Amino acid sequence: MKVVYRAIWDLPVEELFASGHRACAGCGPAIAMRWITKAAGPNTIVVNATGCMEVTTTQYPETAWMLPYLHVAFENAAAAASGIEAAIRTLSAKGLWRAGKTNVIVIAGDGGTYDIGLQALSGMLERGHHVLYILYDNEAYMNTGIQRSGATPKYAWTTTTPVGKAIRGKVQEKKDIMGIVMAHRVPYAATATIANLLDMTNKIKTALEYTEEGPTFLHILAPCPPGWRYPEELTVEMARLAVETGYFPLYEYDHGKVRLNPPTSQIAADPKRKKPLRDWLKLQGRFAHLTDAEIAELEREVAANLAYLSALAKAFS
Amino acid sequence: MSLPRVHEISIGGIIAEPGSSRRNLTGGWRSLKPVLHDDRCIRCRICWLYCPEGTIKEIKGEFVVKGKKYQYKYEIDYDYCKGCGICAHECPVKAIEMVPEA
Repeated sequence: MKVVYRAIWDLPVEELFASGHRACAGCGPAIAMRWITKAAGPNTIVVNATGCMEVTTTQYPETAWMLPYLHVAFENAAAAASGIEAAIRTLSAKGLWRAGKTNVIVIAGDGGTYDIGLQALSGMLERGHHVLYILYDNEAYMNTGIQRSGATPKYAWTTTTPVGKAIRGKVQEKKDIMGIVMAHRVPYAATATIANLLDMTNKIKTALEYTEEGPTFLHILAPCPPGWRYPEELTVEMARLAVETGYFPLYEYDHGKVRLNPPTSQIAADPKRKKPLRDWLKLQGRFAHLTDAEIAELEREVAANLAYLSALAKAFS
Repeated sequence: MSLPRVHEISIGGIIAEPGSSRRNLTGGWRSLKPVLHDDRCIRCRICWLYCPEGTIKEIKGEFVVKGKKYQYKYEIDYDYCKGCGICAHECPVKAIEMVPEA
């Protein structure tokens, strides 16, 4: 990761994501959108898949975006961005593109990435389009009323994985989307959260720089107060605890090298610095039904995931 | 609210005015109101950083608070603040207080 912003005072002041959007109070993805637009700058085309951030920001005839913005369906955000990028490249070759280096960014939720848009994403990554794909992950289909997605963690309550005698929330585990993206051998892929904003903005800047070479990918954890069932003032705290408990490790894949970023690198080096997963789970209503045995099982899975990533970082350093 | 006539709508339903959602004042959603106590504020910029609405305004100038000189001052735009309380929760010196909306 290239460090463009060293401190909080280096961050850009200009707002490109207007107030007055209809996102819920305490919306995590809205914080992510604010900082994606700020870090990307005004010479950017945003392609947005259907999802919370499309529904809440572009209620006709109003828009919160102050950048060229295209709304497309769940399935084809990556495909539409590929087309835009190819058009810019062709027009530039003919000398007809006068806007200079224009960033093309896809913004899609976890439903539009993990489940419905995966095929278009894979195609875009394989064809090597110069596009930054940003996944904001709120771990379910929140905009239609909290249905489970491929990103929902194990044992989480959603309206389609209810808690009862037969099942205890979601049965399956969260899909490793970073693993899928890394398998495409892209120049750059990274994870970030809305709590570590300096880390996130630097990763956006780095990813945009590497789009010269090919597609880049960013996975941003953005907590959702109504879907995760926690008081709305805890949004940033939730993202911070997700990293500090090891649930959501911060790492990057840079030209074949895997690197853990702080604070995940410190947690991996010294497991005593890892906070108990219970601290994060007990604040959320979607995990309110968990027994001690189930929490211990999730804790073991988190430790196994951290060990896997540490081994990966060691093998590909 | 008057709706536009069909020939007034742009082809493809494009929106030509960027940031037009500012017409929609979301301040009415609020039940708790954040009050910033300027005398306790240490100008760390964290509330500005984490606001999902971008309602914390950074005002440049010369401000003297309790004998200390500052180049910034923070103000909350109550037209759009939805009262989520992230700023009050994240503030390291508890300079923002959530009070019930009168």
